[in-house]
Amino acid sequence: MINLLLLPVLIPFLFAAVLLLFPKKVKAQRVVTMIGLAFALASSIALLYKVKVNGVQALTLGSWAPPFGITMVSDMFSALLVTSSLLIALFVVWYSFTSIEEEREKAFYYPAILFMLTGVNGAFTTGDIFNMFVFFEVLLMSSYVLIVLGGEKIQLKESIKYIIVNIVSSSLFVITVGYLYSVVGTLNMADISVKLAEIGPSGIVTVIAVLFLIVFGIKGGIFPLFFWLPGSYGAPPIPVLALFGALLTKVGVYAIMRTYTLFFTTDVGYTHNLLMILSILTIVVGCIGALAYFNVKQIIIYNIVIAVGVILFGASVMNESGMMGSVFYLIHDILIKGALFLLIGIIIKITGTSDLRKMGGLMKRYPLLAWVYLIVAFGLAGIPPLSGFIGKLLIVQGGFEGDLLWQSIFILASSLLVLLSAIRIFIYAFWGEEKGQHLISKEKYRHLLAPAITLASLTVLYGVGAEYLVPFMTDATNVLLDPSIYIDAVFEGVK
Amino acid sequence: MKTNDLIIQTTTKVVFFIIFLFSIHIFFAGHYTPGGGFVGGLVMSSAIVLLMLAFDLKTVQDMLPVNYTVITAIGLIISLLTAAGSIFFNVPFFTHVYDYFNLPLLGETSIHTAMFFDTGVYLVVVGVTMNIIQMIGGDE
Amino acid sequence: MEILMSILIGFLFMAAVYLILSRSLLRIIIGTGLLSHGTHLLLLTMGGLGGESAPVLAEGITDYADPLPQALILTAIVISFGVTAFSLVLAYRAYKVVGTDNMDLMKGNEDND
Repeated sequence: MINLLLLPVLIPFLFAAVLLLFPKKVKAQRVVTMIGLAFALASSIALLYKVKVNGVQALTLGSWAPPFGITMVSDMFSALLVTSSLLIALFVVWYSFTSIEEEREKAFYYPAILFMLTGVNGAFTTGDIFNMFVFFEVLLMSSYVLIVLGGEKIQLKESIKYIIVNIVSSSLFVITVGYLYSVVGTLNMADISVKLAEIGPSGIVTVIAVLFLIVFGIKGGIFPLFFWLPGSYGAPPIPVLALFGALLTKVGVYAIMRTYTLFFTTDVGYTHNLLMILSILTIVVGCIGALAYFNVKQIIIYNIVIAVGVILFGASVMNESGMMGSVFYLIHDILIKGALFLLIGIIIKITGTSDLRKMGGLMKRYPLLAWVYLIVAFGLAGIPPLSGFIGKLLIVQGGFEGDLLWQSIFILASSLLVLLSAIRIFIYAFWGEEKGQHLISKEKYRHLLAPAITLASLTVLYGVGAEYLVPFMTDATNVLLDPSIYIDAVFEGVK
Repeated sequence: MKTNDLIIQTTTKVVFFIIFLFSIHIFFAGHYTPGGGFVGGLVMSSAIVLLMLAFDLKTVQDMLPVNYTVITAIGLIISLLTAAGSIFFNVPFFTHVYDYFNLPLLGETSIHTAMFFDTGVYLVVVGVTMNIIQMIGGDE
Repeated sequence: MEILMSILIGFLFMAAVYLILSRSLLRIIIGTGLLSHGTHLLLLTMGGLGGESAPVLAEGITDYADPLPQALILTAIVISFGVTAFSLVLAYRAYKVVGTDNMDLMKGNEDND
């Protein structure tokens, strides 16, 4: 079964196409979406197992020989990301059954989610830089549909900005690919890696590296380029926000990590230092934003920015602990952001507002929600043994090993600010006098809480069972740090 | 003001079929020479747009009672399944095959699996383009 | 030829940036269209403009154009076609709902503080 690595990309695509046939039958839409996601998840777990046993999987489409056709590559890093993105989508769709209005469900909500997953998983799996652009466009097109779905005034206003920012960044992506092509004359990522290593350090390669950082930085939301993120992510309804927050920025982060470990390893002193400085600044801005707002959505959205900074810091030090920490933290962040958004979604549904000052005293009527939120908030900040801990520990350890003493201490200090920002929500929303309304029926509350709790307990398992995940993470780290494993897998059978 | 569009309506009735046949021609030409599903689809949708210009949206909808979303979906499924056929033979996705067949009327013809893929592309392009145009033109 | 192309691309980018920075939504969308045209030409130029004949495998042809940038541009054109169409629909909707196509008036969200 050599096509196994394509199934997590193809299955959502097929099911999305099928869903287009009967957009008005909401029940059928829900069932088919769940079946599709379950199949895709099963295939991705099979893929994970296969990559663990047989090493990196590579396949060149259309039976072309490797540098010429479009190559799809699934190493442990991408297989892990594909699995967690499908997992998060499963929970978000489950949550959407109760959370999303029927009107939106009839307006191609589920097909858009599945198309977006096709794009996300494709971007994680592809081994061809131009194909990555194509998959980016697939996921962006679906995200345009999702962000504007429902057509509220604020959504329309924000989605226009979102689209224009992304069109400009996509143009930059193509320009950068053009420059890269003129230097190396190939688009296959493994081949580019070989050719760039032959060229060695040169000015134009560094320019391309920085351009890639800008392109993916816009998608990922790093320091000077995150400006569009808080506004645009605040517009769509919560389940869409959960998907965007958990997945879309991570695709940008994945692309930065992939290109900066596979391509641009010749001028590490400049490019990776730049990445490190930007990641620190990203954390600073994220912390300021997370503490400044009284809007629950905005607080968590700025926490996305912080997490992007932390992950990229671990990747920029380019040693084993740092990289492994980044991989750990990346998966953790996908799960925990999903869980957090689902939980604050319930809070917003109950109180009917996202302003912290207008809510309070929810603890009395919704104790379970409060405790689950507290656990997830602790996980977000990285309190042991919860899921954020191991990743942050390894990142900081990597920072120390890379002689980045102050920066590492700063990362540790930022955890406190993250905790503070998350606990602020807890204090304002759950403690104090009961105020505001209770807009939600008991039954609806239970339906919303079920996926959120399951996802939250998964994040706890991720933290507690981290030891069992170490072999997977080690594999992922090895491929990232040693491009030759990736290259050999692609060219296997040719040389 | 009521415009007199007799000329365009009469011309369109003839020209539509010419454009339609031309789009089919371009579609099959894509086999070995420039052309293909994407261009063919665009030409086809331009023919339908011409109909819409000559008559109006509602009349055209009565003439061609098709749901363009369904057309898009069918196109996507055809393309995907054609490409996915390779999975069952355990060769890389998108691997295509061709052979020569003796068809009635046409004689010896080469048939590629890529042609079925292109049929899907054709349908998707027609479906998406017409969807967009209906969406903008729909509310006036 | 490359220099001529560079000047043309630069001019397209200049016009695109000017249009994108203007207030009217329609101009911005035209600007993004120009931007992608410039990008496509850049991709073509970056692949090298040399080559007299089509990249068809035949006896005795050594000087042929690089087919890959052409394939990439075709893909990019299709994508920008889709995105431009989508943004036009969206701009029209936004104009209907918000009642303006002036980006200055689209600032600010009522329910954010």
